[in-house]
Amino acid sequence: MNTPTTQAALGQAAIAPPPPTSTVTLKINGVERHLQLAPWTSLLDALREYLDLTGTKKGCDHGQCGACTVLVDGKRINSCLTLAVMQEGADITTVEGLGTEDNLHPLQQAFVDHDAFQCGYCTPGQICSAVGLLTEGKAKTTAEIREMMSGNLCRCGAYTNIVSAIEEVLHSKNSELRR
Amino acid sequence: MSTTSYIGKPVNRVDGPAKVTGAAKYAAEFNVPHLAYGHIVSSSIAKGKITKIYADEILAIPGVLQVFSHENVPSLAWFDRSYKDDVAPGGSPFRPLQGNEVKYSMQPVALVVAETFELARYAAALLRIEYEVTKHDTDLETKRDDGFEPGRGKTGWVPPPKPRGNPDKELKNATHRVEGEYIHLAQHHNPMEMFASTVEFLGDKKLNIYDKTQGAFNSQQYVMKVFGLSKDEAHVVSQYTGGGFGSGLRPQYQLFMAVLAALELKRSVRVSMTRQQMFSMGHRPHTLQYVELGTNPDGSLAALHHHALHETSQFEDYTENVVNWSGMLYQCDNVKLTYQLAKIDVYTPQDMRAPGAATGSFALECAMDEMAYAAGIDPLEFRLRNYAERDQNLKREFSSKKLRECYHEGAAKFGWEKRNPEPRSMRDGDLLVGWGMATGVWDASIQKCAASATFTADGHLTVLSGTNDIGTGTYTIMTQIAAQTLGLPLEAVTFKLGDTNQPEAPLQGGSWTAASVGNAVKQVCDKLGEQLLKLAQKMEGSPLKGAAYEDVEFVNGQIRLNADINQAVVIRDILPASGKDKLEAENTMLPNPINQLKNSLHAHNAVFVEVKVDPELGTLHVTRVVNAVAAGRILNPKTARSQVLGSVVWGISMALMEESVMDHGFGRYMNHNYSEYHIPVSADIHDIDVIFVEEEDDKVNPLGIKGLGEVGLLGVAAAVANAAFHATGKRIRNLPVSIDKLLL
Amino acid sequence: MNSFTYTRASGVEAAVREKAADNAVKFIAGGTNILDLMKENVERPSRLLDLNHLPLKAIEAAPDGGLRLGALATNADTAWHPEVQKRYPLLNQAILAGASPQLRNMATNGGNLFQRTRCYYFYDTATPCNKREPGSGCSAIGGYNRIHAILGTSEQCIATHPSDMCVALAALKATVRVSGQNGERTVKFENFHRLPGDAPEFDHTLAPDELVTAIDLPNEDFSQHFSYLKLRDRQSYAFALVSVAAALQLDGNTIKEARLALGGVAHKPWRDQQAEELLKGQPATEDTFRKAAAAVVSSARGYGHNTFKIELAKRAIVRALKQAAEGTQHASDIFTNSNP
Repeated sequence: MNTPTTQAALGQAAIAPPPPTSTVTLKINGVERHLQLAPWTSLLDALREYLDLTGTKKGCDHGQCGACTVLVDGKRINSCLTLAVMQEGADITTVEGLGTEDNLHPLQQAFVDHDAFQCGYCTPGQICSAVGLLTEGKAKTTAEIREMMSGNLCRCGAYTNIVSAIEEVLHSKNSELRR
Repeated sequence: MSTTSYIGKPVNRVDGPAKVTGAAKYAAEFNVPHLAYGHIVSSSIAKGKITKIYADEILAIPGVLQVFSHENVPSLAWFDRSYKDDVAPGGSPFRPLQGNEVKYSMQPVALVVAETFELARYAAALLRIEYEVTKHDTDLETKRDDGFEPGRGKTGWVPPPKPRGNPDKELKNATHRVEGEYIHLAQHHNPMEMFASTVEFLGDKKLNIYDKTQGAFNSQQYVMKVFGLSKDEAHVVSQYTGGGFGSGLRPQYQLFMAVLAALELKRSVRVSMTRQQMFSMGHRPHTLQYVELGTNPDGSLAALHHHALHETSQFEDYTENVVNWSGMLYQCDNVKLTYQLAKIDVYTPQDMRAPGAATGSFALECAMDEMAYAAGIDPLEFRLRNYAERDQNLKREFSSKKLRECYHEGAAKFGWEKRNPEPRSMRDGDLLVGWGMATGVWDASIQKCAASATFTADGHLTVLSGTNDIGTGTYTIMTQIAAQTLGLPLEAVTFKLGDTNQPEAPLQGGSWTAASVGNAVKQVCDKLGEQLLKLAQKMEGSPLKGAAYEDVEFVNGQIRLNADINQAVVIRDILPASGKDKLEAENTMLPNPINQLKNSLHAHNAVFVEVKVDPELGTLHVTRVVNAVAAGRILNPKTARSQVLGSVVWGISMALMEESVMDHGFGRYMNHNYSEYHIPVSADIHDIDVIFVEEEDDKVNPLGIKGLGEVGLLGVAAAVANAAFHATGKRIRNLPVSIDKLLL
Repeated sequence: MNSFTYTRASGVEAAVREKAADNAVKFIAGGTNILDLMKENVERPSRLLDLNHLPLKAIEAAPDGGLRLGALATNADTAWHPEVQKRYPLLNQAILAGASPQLRNMATNGGNLFQRTRCYYFYDTATPCNKREPGSGCSAIGGYNRIHAILGTSEQCIATHPSDMCVALAALKATVRVSGQNGERTVKFENFHRLPGDAPEFDHTLAPDELVTAIDLPNEDFSQHFSYLKLRDRQSYAFALVSVAAALQLDGNTIKEARLALGGVAHKPWRDQQAEELLKGQPATEDTFRKAAAAVVSSARGYGHNTFKIELAKRAIVRALKQAAEGTQHASDIFTNSNP
């Protein structure tokens, strides 16, 4: 009855040495950062493990949750599914670049006011995604905001308040609020 | 007017700014110097023995530091009790990397530690492992006749009460009778933050352990017992937890692995699970339930039988209260409640939000709907007719029970009276509209809890208790309680948690945290208040001289006489005047045993749901939910509402999406990721109304708190399924209510 | 993830040359699928060649009056391009039905064509899979196959193609422009992807050295009567159980021209030309649509968990054709087709 089997996720190929590192320059929140990175480092891991910018979260590492959302050249993307080396020359904004605890970005303030989170782990991704949504300017109605925020899972189920927070900023008469 | 009256006010989360800016640090985010990374290797087989691990092949790669497996793990604690945590069920806890036996698919079988995360991941994927495979058995459906009644379960588990009356006979004689089997597969908690531990090695055996957990002390005790460390050596910190839902109630295996590697390698190590590995641990068990109900001619319940069988592992007997609720939610004199486990080759199930009750209420509340239809009574009216005025399980009075008000207020808000009971009778254009409702009940518990408070000469109050905030709002409500107790502005109060150097608090679970920590914070602040009063009375010309603590109030930064509020001392002035730089108090809050034993302590809810179903395509949308909750005093309606909103999302998720699907050929969950294990996205969530019914209760605990973490979830899945029946005429007893089941 | 080196391609010809020289080279563009698969150890390239800096981002008029979509234009830029919205709203709706805004900002048009299946077993190296390890067996047949194919399956593989965009491209009769060592050629969309047969490891028909440079949309007008209907287990951010791209040209109530393609049901975007022929010349009525739907699923086969897809596909086809005839979908809308 007992049958032998072998496990090796990468198969039985000959073992290649780890890839060499090179200097990678990333522009993050307006600051140029120089890193020694191998090509297999994702933008997400570069932020979290090499730059201590841990505001960007890892919720799945496979583009299935949106917790790692950052803005690249103003557009929201999943930082887990791009390599850091691919982003040389791009302008990257993380949650740390939006506001500080003493000077919150209007969306950050709206998230606090509407209690648009509980555990807080998906929150930076939600906020970066919402910044992207406002820049895109496509979503206008509640249903459209819901659809266009559907790339960001929230296991605490804070969706109702997330949508309210975004609506407040979207409909704010003060355009400065939507900076 | 009091400006320092915070309890019951919708205060913004005090930890909000840290969370929205990314400043809040979770377990995997402490980038301590000289950190090594561990990557876990999960077994590809469900059962068998490891016969060989080719560790040498990957140790040859520069930068790979060690491969830990059963072959080289040092001798650790021997007895099962050393591996038992606060909520360990009966049996022998799983011991990672100790022994060559594989007991379930995706069992952690090795830890590869390397200089970088990417290298550890690479080497782990290269690691060759040979197994002898033996036949596994993972299908609960084949175990229907192998159920057994568990012996002693985990803390908090109560065996079903003995049958009362003559349920078999009364079911036979009932005017109307329904029966049905209700099924759901395993569900995994899947908090957004994946399990991780960063262990900072401080030399010798001294460790700072940043752990994802719902109980820093639980993790600490586990590490101390397993690795033979002192309290001082195993310092555990857990200030932010990215979601728990019960998954963090037991130490997960990455904690063991990170501590092991740090001690062996004498350096700091981080181990994080992958999302896939989040399916290799505890879960809500696959459960089969049978409910049989009968009514008398007047629509009262004649008899009730509720049976549950759920899976457990081969090594532990996981238990949860599935059927007990059915003996207390409705008035019924003939009740039989039975509960069994069956062993299969999976990991031990684990408490998942409203464990047992979410499961049991789904079956009972669907059956109640079926019964109402069989008896020709409106489902809400049927519940009101069978309202339980006292707890028949415990034979006690409820300390408070405002479920009737939940029904009335919820129904009014929802517009239930406009419901046409006939299935398929209500429409919105081409869509079928269904309205369903259900009820839930959950324990209002309280646990022993310690807290300390320090008031410094600068007027700042710091309160400590080593609890957790898994998103529940603990930071905020404790700050509110402390500030109000000592009459200080919120800004002058800091509440700290999640550190084993703080006074010990219970696990964050069971909906008991608000009551346990809240009353502990209140007590310790009162203790500090008494000291402040004494000092204030010594101040020159103090108007408070001779006043007892009961004679004064702490309001607006002052201590003032109740009799004449103009007679006051500014609290900030007290320490400078007395020449002290701080005042300290420490206290352990013990629940009042008499109140706990004399009364039945429970929170209740009533849920009303609207669904719209496309009759041709079988698509279903939950378009409206009203959840009316009676849970004692609501400390902060803003964070409380969020908890109930989240509970509703969980209920919708349970009803429509969640299932961990096992391929029994492999004994492996196949949808082990966020792409195929569906939870709702924003587009799935429409209008949700939360109502908190006023419920004063001075018996449940001094602050009258019942807890909100679980009660809001109860009944939601059943209400969705009942609404789906009302819309379509189709009774779906097998969750989730998915498109394929609605279609055919 | 395996060990690999990374270079940026300096030009289309150079990229083709490098790929031809070494079969272990893989192209990377948006990265959303290949990096996911590399983290699962399913894709194991020893070298990644980054195409992102090639000049293939333009969306411009094609010589025949159609529209040329650069291979490196992102899905989002394509969906929201004014010409796409105006002339090819079906494509706009299909793209917006897929993935998430973040992924659509990354994923490219070329990359979308190379998306690999979401079959659970393909993704899990602990289980046999003929697509991943030819000859190892198909675990989905006889296993858990709720998301699997009902059309064009083989004994070797019942995986589906996961793309939404490609379903619309199939319906719109797009042409794929390809560069290889032997120069440029065009591939009809229906010939781009393949059925599994006895070689499920191959998803498409391109030679290893070939690179997609653009996708051409023909100069045809389906901008008034179209529908992309996507049915899935949640409202958004989920792969299709069944999706339907329907496009009609009507003369009064008579169908002049019809296009019908399905997603989530086969190893390739499933365009059914026989069903299209059944629709042509017929009145745009439910009865006509039912006949077409019946024709599409006449050769369908269920494998247990996925058998419901046969009936679901039938009903979805009727609904999509109805919506197309009524002209209820609009390109300016954010895709919420299955919302109440």
